Amino acid sequence: MSPAFALHEAAVRRGRALVLQQVSVEARAGEVLGVIGANGAGKTTLLRAALGLARLEHGRAELGGEDVRRLDERQRAARAAYLPQERRVGWNLPAWRVASLGAAHLSPLAARERAHAALAKVGLAELAQRGVLDMSGGERGRVLLARLLASHAPLLMADEPGAGLDPDAQLLTLELLRAEAQRGAAVVLTLHDLSLAARACDRLVVLSGGRLVAEGPPRAALSPEVLAQAFGLDGRLEETSAGPVVAARRKDAPRPSPIGDLR
Amino acid sequence: MTLDAADLRLNGVLLTCVLALVAGGLLLGEVPLTLAQYAQALADPGSAPGEVLWRIRAPRSVAAAVVGAALGLAGAVMQGLLRNPLADPGVLGVSGGAGLGAAVVIAAGFGAESGVIEGSALIAAVLMGLALTALAARFREPETLILFGVAISSFSGALTSLVFNFAPSPVTLAEVFSWLLGSVANRDWGDIGRGLLPMAIGAGLCAYSARGLVMLSLGEESAAMSGLPMAKLRGAAVAGASLLTGAAVAMAGIVGFVGLAAPHLVRTRAGADPARVLLPSALTGAVLLMGADLAARLIPTDIELKLGVVTALLGAPLFAMIAWRAARSWRG
Repeated sequence: MSPAFALHEAAVRRGRALVLQQVSVEARAGEVLGVIGANGAGKTTLLRAALGLARLEHGRAELGGEDVRRLDERQRAARAAYLPQERRVGWNLPAWRVASLGAAHLSPLAARERAHAALAKVGLAELAQRGVLDMSGGERGRVLLARLLASHAPLLMADEPGAGLDPDAQLLTLELLRAEAQRGAAVVLTLHDLSLAARACDRLVVLSGGRLVAEGPPRAALSPEVLAQAFGLDGRLEETSAGPVVAARRKDAPRPSPIGDLR
Repeated sequence: MTLDAADLRLNGVLLTCVLALVAGGLLLGEVPLTLAQYAQALADPGSAPGEVLWRIRAPRSVAAAVVGAALGLAGAVMQGLLRNPLADPGVLGVSGGAGLGAAVVIAAGFGAESGVIEGSALIAAVLMGLALTALAARFREPETLILFGVAISSFSGALTSLVFNFAPSPVTLAEVFSWLLGSVANRDWGDIGRGLLPMAIGAGLCAYSARGLVMLSLGEESAAMSGLPMAKLRGAAVAGASLLTGAAVAMAGIVGFVGLAAPHLVRTRAGADPARVLLPSALTGAVLLMGADLAARLIPTDIELKLGVVTALLGAPLFAMIAWRAARSWRG
């Protein structure tokens, strides 16, 4: 079976800079792939390139085994759904309406049913009628996650799905995305919280300066060497009863720190 | 797009208002008619009362209705497309372009010939619309389109000023100026007939673009991944709104505020969904413009008030009130 998405030797240029270079990566059905890296490392660009939203200077992007440039809008939406980092909504639409836009290919009634089911999953069934601009930023983030879930697409790409959410909602988000992987979807997400990334993802790709510097299961991808190279951190992955935790300090931070390691 | 019971009720109420205002436009006027004269007008359209009713009042009311509807719909589409509550039908420069087209032929001395001003305004608007549709296909961000609109508006404004500058006589100047102030007085059925086709095409394109406008609420990238043919839908929205605006300006000159205010008035009842706002915005635009035209006809002044002046005078305070209420709801 072809991978849900694949980038082959992909390069993307923005202005004069190559913001993604020689990146080859793929995700398969049933797995949760995390894309991590410092700010400006190319995480969002990788997602956009994979979806055909960013023009490739070099290389190839495939969705479900097909070159993304050959897919029309409908075929592309049937293969992948995307939750961008941008959480702004232009008008004060009710939450159910925003969530229903994830299933625009269905009849209005069926899309509405999907929307209500997805809102229930993210814990917002009670707020289905509320306008999204009358909600907190975190609640709006969950409505947009519900839109992604309502798509039932075989590939779900979420750019920082946990941004702006409280710890409980972050964990809920990752649980929901894990459940999507278990139903057979490929899930690709970018994350800044390395401990959450280690806990939630089957596999991580680490970007630095637009290049892929490590790839593999969290334990291998978050080695002390990679933490130093990609994030400028002095640290390691530790196992705890609640799951793996990245214990790290800035490489040039004075030590010993009065508050100990940041956990 | 399906209409639920609330939509049907709202549109029903608005349609009733439109019909009531058309009736008002037929019944009220400078020359009061007796009941017997109304009966005569109905029985014999060629009689003197018939002429007043069918050749002066009726086309004027219908022109106000279709121009208002076109501006209301174009305003709602522009606000949806640009995700900007301040957008109006003129925001991308189409009104200014159509005004320029009219100003040029009036200044050149062709203003008296039937249909020339309207034709020239419409052609200028269509050219602007084509340029904008091409720009919208190339640049997807609303901010970029707005900036192009500002540039096009300023340039048309400058060229219109140039026409004023080189106007051969003060009479021509007054003629151009008077046309630009906007009016539906002295419109005949031919003027309306010529405007209806571009308006119908424009309305059809806007209706087609509706589901794209809803999707654009979530931003360009979410819309691009939604499965809808966004390039086509965006192009239809720009082309449709440009045709509506151009045809409205060709029929009535430049009439402000209706296209800006109608969608805002509607949102208080129909909610914010950019697709559901379209039809009621068109009907509200018709109501506003017919109301303004009735006011222009009935307020006793030596020189009849121009429609564009009335809409701005009534519309601006109304708009400030809407902004006040909206700001209160934003503060929570």
